[in-house]
Amino acid sequence: MAKVMLETKELTTKYITRFNEGIYAVDRVSLKVEEGKSLGIAGESGCGKSTLALSLMGYYFAPLHYTSGEIIIDGRNISGMKPDDVRKSILGTEISYIPQSAMNALNPTQKIISFIQDVIQAHDPKATKKEIHELAQERFAALGLPVEVLQKYPVELSGGMKQRTVIAISVILKPKVLIADEPSSALDVTSQKMVIKMLRGLMEGGFIKSMIFITHELPLLFNVTDDIMVMYAGQMVEKGTAREAVFDPLHPYARGLMGSIIVPESGLRGHKLTAIAGVPPNLKKPPAGCRFAERCQLVRPECRETSVRMNDVNGTGRAYRCLRTEAQLREAYQNA
Amino acid sequence: MPSEPKPCLSGQGLTKIFGNGRQKCCAVDHVDFCFNEGEVVSIVGESGSGKTTLSKMLLGLINPTEGEIYFQGQKRDISSQKKKQEYWKNIQAIFQDPFSSFNIFNKIDGVLLDCIHMRGGRRLPQAKKVELMTEACAFVNLKFEELTNKYPFELSGGQMQRLMIARIFLLKPKILLADEPTSMIDACSRATILDMLMQLRNEIGMTIIFITHDIGLAYYVSDSVYIMEHGRFVENGSADEVILHAKEPYTKRLISDVPKIHEVWDLTTV
Amino acid sequence: MKHILGQIFHSGKFMVGFCIFAALLLTVLIYPLVIKDPPLGIIAQGTFFPPGVYVSVYDSIGSNAYTLNLTDAAARRIASKLSSDDRTAMLEWLVREGVPAEEIDIADTQSLLSLWEKNYDPTKDVPGLTNAKRNYYIRLNDSLKGLLSAQGLILAAPSGSGGALQQTGVINQTDYVNVSEVPSVRVLPLGTDNFGRDVLTELVKATQVSLQIGFVAGIIATLIGLSLGLLAGYVGGGVDDVIVFFTNLFTVIPSIVLLILISFSIGQDKRGPFTIAVVMGFTSWYWTARAVRAQVISLRNRDHVNLSKLSGHSIPHIILTDILPYIASYVVMALILQISLAILAEASLSILGLGPRTTEVPTLGLMMNWAMIYQAQILGKWWAIFPVVAVIALVAFSMNLMNTGLDHVFNPALRD
Repeated sequence: MAKVMLETKELTTKYITRFNEGIYAVDRVSLKVEEGKSLGIAGESGCGKSTLALSLMGYYFAPLHYTSGEIIIDGRNISGMKPDDVRKSILGTEISYIPQSAMNALNPTQKIISFIQDVIQAHDPKATKKEIHELAQERFAALGLPVEVLQKYPVELSGGMKQRTVIAISVILKPKVLIADEPSSALDVTSQKMVIKMLRGLMEGGFIKSMIFITHELPLLFNVTDDIMVMYAGQMVEKGTAREAVFDPLHPYARGLMGSIIVPESGLRGHKLTAIAGVPPNLKKPPAGCRFAERCQLVRPECRETSVRMNDVNGTGRAYRCLRTEAQLREAYQNA
Repeated sequence: MPSEPKPCLSGQGLTKIFGNGRQKCCAVDHVDFCFNEGEVVSIVGESGSGKTTLSKMLLGLINPTEGEIYFQGQKRDISSQKKKQEYWKNIQAIFQDPFSSFNIFNKIDGVLLDCIHMRGGRRLPQAKKVELMTEACAFVNLKFEELTNKYPFELSGGQMQRLMIARIFLLKPKILLADEPTSMIDACSRATILDMLMQLRNEIGMTIIFITHDIGLAYYVSDSVYIMEHGRFVENGSADEVILHAKEPYTKRLISDVPKIHEVWDLTTV
Repeated sequence: MKHILGQIFHSGKFMVGFCIFAALLLTVLIYPLVIKDPPLGIIAQGTFFPPGVYVSVYDSIGSNAYTLNLTDAAARRIASKLSSDDRTAMLEWLVREGVPAEEIDIADTQSLLSLWEKNYDPTKDVPGLTNAKRNYYIRLNDSLKGLLSAQGLILAAPSGSGGALQQTGVINQTDYVNVSEVPSVRVLPLGTDNFGRDVLTELVKATQVSLQIGFVAGIIATLIGLSLGLLAGYVGGGVDDVIVFFTNLFTVIPSIVLLILISFSIGQDKRGPFTIAVVMGFTSWYWTARAVRAQVISLRNRDHVNLSKLSGHSIPHIILTDILPYIASYVVMALILQISLAILAEASLSILGLGPRTTEVPTLGLMMNWAMIYQAQILGKWWAIFPVVAVIALVAFSMNLMNTGLDHVFNPALRD
């Protein structure tokens, strides 16, 4: 049994607005990432995947508040820890987080090497400049990045190179888990592929032990991660291996999502794309029953009333959130 | 399908150079093209390839530095404001960001009314105008009674983009230029937008020009594809030819860099 | 639109500024309806009368006399005549005359006065005593005559043809008049200026004129700047080049120098307040033009403008409906700033003597000018200069506060 690097149990976090309303952006999410594996989180805008990424770090700042649930990193429970403690002991060393458009975080008036100096000295004030230089050069070479980049200013680098630089810096302290939120959506396809290759290289080179990759682009996830988790309206609705999630989704929303994938492959032109009418529910007053009930083709009256739990598919690690059994769903899809 | 393809919009040696002296920037570099009536064409390019500049020239919003554009076989003449307005009865556009396409100070009814006026319907009785607008909204699955007198910020992105399509329904132009129409829309709603556009094409024989960076989208909807790089067309042909049997190295690289689901990347070699 | 107004009135800074400005405006509008005296009417003979309530002595005598027995009346009368400086001077004299210091109690008026009477000799020649000091002692002595007496004064008027005085009445020390029964009382809260004008009435009128000048100048400047900025930004090309050239020209030449030169060359007799306002408007538009142009250049490539073009709208229609509303908030703020700058510019001009003609209307700057020329601040006549400065400061402050408040509403990025 591989070691579990990151695990959450019924994690719930919410945003509190100026008028003291609570928006449950992440609702009882339980996930597990094992050593050597990568997990992809898929979903459309507003489903809560970026909020989940922030919550996983344990680093909360207003208006995001931790409500309940557990976060366990390599056996260490960090739920409810104070932000200062998290910053000192967790960030960078246990978990590292790359936000969307992280390349904009580079200070335009400083060289890359001084940025790296700041990061390392924040965790180890005694490190000397020489040690830092050597570490940086060795790490960049190992990751396939040109060493000259260290002495350049951010404006001199292309978008793809900046993003790869930031990724390299974020793992300089060899964290156990890397959380990447849309690391390549602002880049063109060629740079995107280079970034993905680098992320895989990090795992294979042992610089990180596991990875969580968040994006709305499903073909990308399929090429990068081992497992995929689909989110909708703050809840996890489907979990499984990448192949299962993309080619054999069980949850009606996941099925609709996978059916809307457009890739330039032969056979696509005759394929009918699925569309799901309607919009996600307002999370200020989430519906009592299934959150997807309004838009679901297979909805029944009880779907709107009872709160729906995740259904495990016989111990395979696969799960989906629906009142129907696996057999019922497959039959319904066949007849559609 | 038309028996013999009739050229609708074509161009020769179209060029646009910005700035002068040392700051010269050649955005579009001597491109030739021919779009036929009723055809769905995609112009595919990465950011910086010049496709936005090309689309603005096709629309008549920017004047080319060199080259000619032909509309229905005749040289296009948009030298005066009146001639421009005549031209715009035949070509319209949908933009990428539905939120910035609307004037935030005006109610959305104005957008649809402008279309009715543009087609000469200024003198129609109010009831008839409302009927036309209701029909257009129904085409895009929106209810006009619910939307009337609303401001743009009260609608969602998907609704606004569909309203743009309702506008095209009212105007019935010969050519529609769609600039990344679905890149800011949720994946689940994408199919709806594309279906509506295809339906329009089938009903009125409209030529659609998609400007996009998404090759998958280009392959899915188009009859022919033009690949643009650094202001030039590097390859063009039918969708199958260009995407499944690419000839140019740039096109091949572009297609291989797109993540697919039936052929997974081999990430050990770049 | 409605919710924007709601937000504006929620902004603390805007409300404070607005209240101050509204208070000033109301005062300026209501005061002349209540006090109908001409603001430049000279009512005082003499310069810089201090603030206070001025009661006609003649009318007081003629009014009903009421008898009031107040215990502290006598003490106050004496204290007003004998200030502590006077008492100290008397002490010096007495000591010089050889009276032992311990015997003198300057607080005890009676003993002090009796000692003084014994020892004061106006004819005595004291070595080292200046003429001024000697005259001071003589005046002091005269004023002390009859200080302690409780007798009243006798009124006499010339009678008949001979001109001899005949007693007409007596004024007792316990006679009081009710001020509201005295027909002629004038309250001068800010006294008079060097010409003898009521400062408060003059100030209100001056504020009104300065505000008018400011509004006219500000509106002219904003209108010119707006039109030129719109034209330059939207049309571009050669038109843009020409307008930018003129904008740069006006930017480089310091506007105050330009104002001074134009003002000087117009000549004293043509310089009415309206003319000054127009001149200021025509020399300060460049700043608005430049800002508007920058905004328009960024707006003209937006999608909604392109869509408008594709919908067949004409260029003037696009400028009015697609560009103008987007810069409206900015223009309102620019207008407020221009008005406040114009008021200050007029004040600067007037202080230098190059403002509007001095014979028709006062302006805030003119009042400061007069105060300075007649050396009010040196003479310690604070009422002629301090209130004017305070009003100018309040006007500029309130307008800038409103501006900052509006900035917070229209520019959400600035909100914390």
